[in-house]
Amino acid sequence: MRKIALLVVVLAVAGFAVFWFISAPQRAVAAGDASFNAPGEVERGKDIFFAGGCASCHATPNQADRLRLGGGLEMKSPFGSFYAPNISPHPRDGIGNWTNADLANAMMRGVSPDGSHYYPAFPYTSYAGMQADDARHLMTYIRTLQPVEGRARAHDLGFPFNIRRTLGVWKWMFFDTAQVKTDPARSASWNRGQYLTEALAHCAECHSPRNALGALVSAQRYAGGAEAHGDGWVPNITPRSLKDWTRGEWVQLLQMGLTAEGDSVGGSMGSVVRNIAELPKADAEAMADYLMTLPASESPPRPKK
Amino acid sequence: MGFRIKAAGALALALIIGAGAAWAQGDVISQRKAAMKAIGDGNRAPAAMLRGEAPFNLSTVQAQLKVIEASATSALKLFPDNSKTGGDTAALPKIWETKADFDGKMRKFADDAKSAQVKITDEASFKQEFPALLKTCGGCHTDYRARRS
Repeated sequence: MRKIALLVVVLAVAGFAVFWFISAPQRAVAAGDASFNAPGEVERGKDIFFAGGCASCHATPNQADRLRLGGGLEMKSPFGSFYAPNISPHPRDGIGNWTNADLANAMMRGVSPDGSHYYPAFPYTSYAGMQADDARHLMTYIRTLQPVEGRARAHDLGFPFNIRRTLGVWKWMFFDTAQVKTDPARSASWNRGQYLTEALAHCAECHSPRNALGALVSAQRYAGGAEAHGDGWVPNITPRSLKDWTRGEWVQLLQMGLTAEGDSVGGSMGSVVRNIAELPKADAEAMADYLMTLPASESPPRPKK
Repeated sequence: MGFRIKAAGALALALIIGAGAAWAQGDVISQRKAAMKAIGDGNRAPAAMLRGEAPFNLSTVQAQLKVIEASATSALKLFPDNSKTGGDTAALPKIWETKADFDGKMRKFADDAKSAQVKITDEASFKQEFPALLKTCGGCHTDYRARRS
């Protein structure tokens, strides 16, 4: 009997050790990396800011100025409600005290400066594919914006999702930290488009179905599905559904929000278009070049209304 | 007997009125959908001109500006309080929560289409003014229309 009790204790301790080991936050850039903390270029950072769509979630809702990043947007999910935090350069309520490395680790590994996990409502699952140096430029740009006082409310999540350490297991199961790979067989524009689409603009995060634990279903990447943070339906953007679209129509969609059918996109895509409209036209063209080569994928079944 | 006939008559009348109201409500929804679709369909030719895939044609553009002005003006009356649901509408409840803002934006859309008829006189002014008008579409679709595709 005592042997069994001992075994249970040993297994529990071992189990917890495994949990603790695999759930440990991993950084992309060492916090004390001095060369990384040298200032970047503001103009490059601004492009990364708009390509990354930061304002879409972090600008306070119903506010005309998209550069005041006080946060507060509610994102509903099957696990509860997330509230986008203040990422203005306010030293107390925002990220004004962050180093460049802190931002790189937040975006590319989903790890906060104090070493806890972020929820993947923050799309670090895509940002992981970016170049660390782009986080350096972005942090430099964010420091030029207006500090906003006040914090967004805390996330409202059910058990066990409210225990951040469990996200380490989620990351161990689903989080691929590989950077976007250049394909030398493709054009420079296609590769730029791949980088923008896959890493910064994180298009797949909305345009793919998710599994029961909220991870993207990779076999149906870009095949659309139920909106994760609302009750809408997100379109399939693979050639399965948009094979007749010309490059010019893609560019027009990305820059002006006009579909090939003459409709004007709305919902969160309206906000995406406002971001991409801030980028050079060559970037929208690059995204079009890449998006047109996505593998055709069948949409998930749509529930009847 | 007399009571029964009266009751049956009242019931029949109620059914007719009810069905009529439901039809009228569905009708408003299909009318506003048709108004929006007219704008979308008409946008395709100017959009091809913006892309440089079709030659610029001032009268086509002017005709579309009139379609937008007329459709947006009529749409102002097509979102009554009793048309929040039904008819497979993609209109979000937020329209009626902030109706003044919604109406203001719709009126501005009609006004912008009207003033664009004066401003757009050649290809250069078209390329300058028309994209701004398209942006107005997206402004309302972002806040007031459910995601459907």
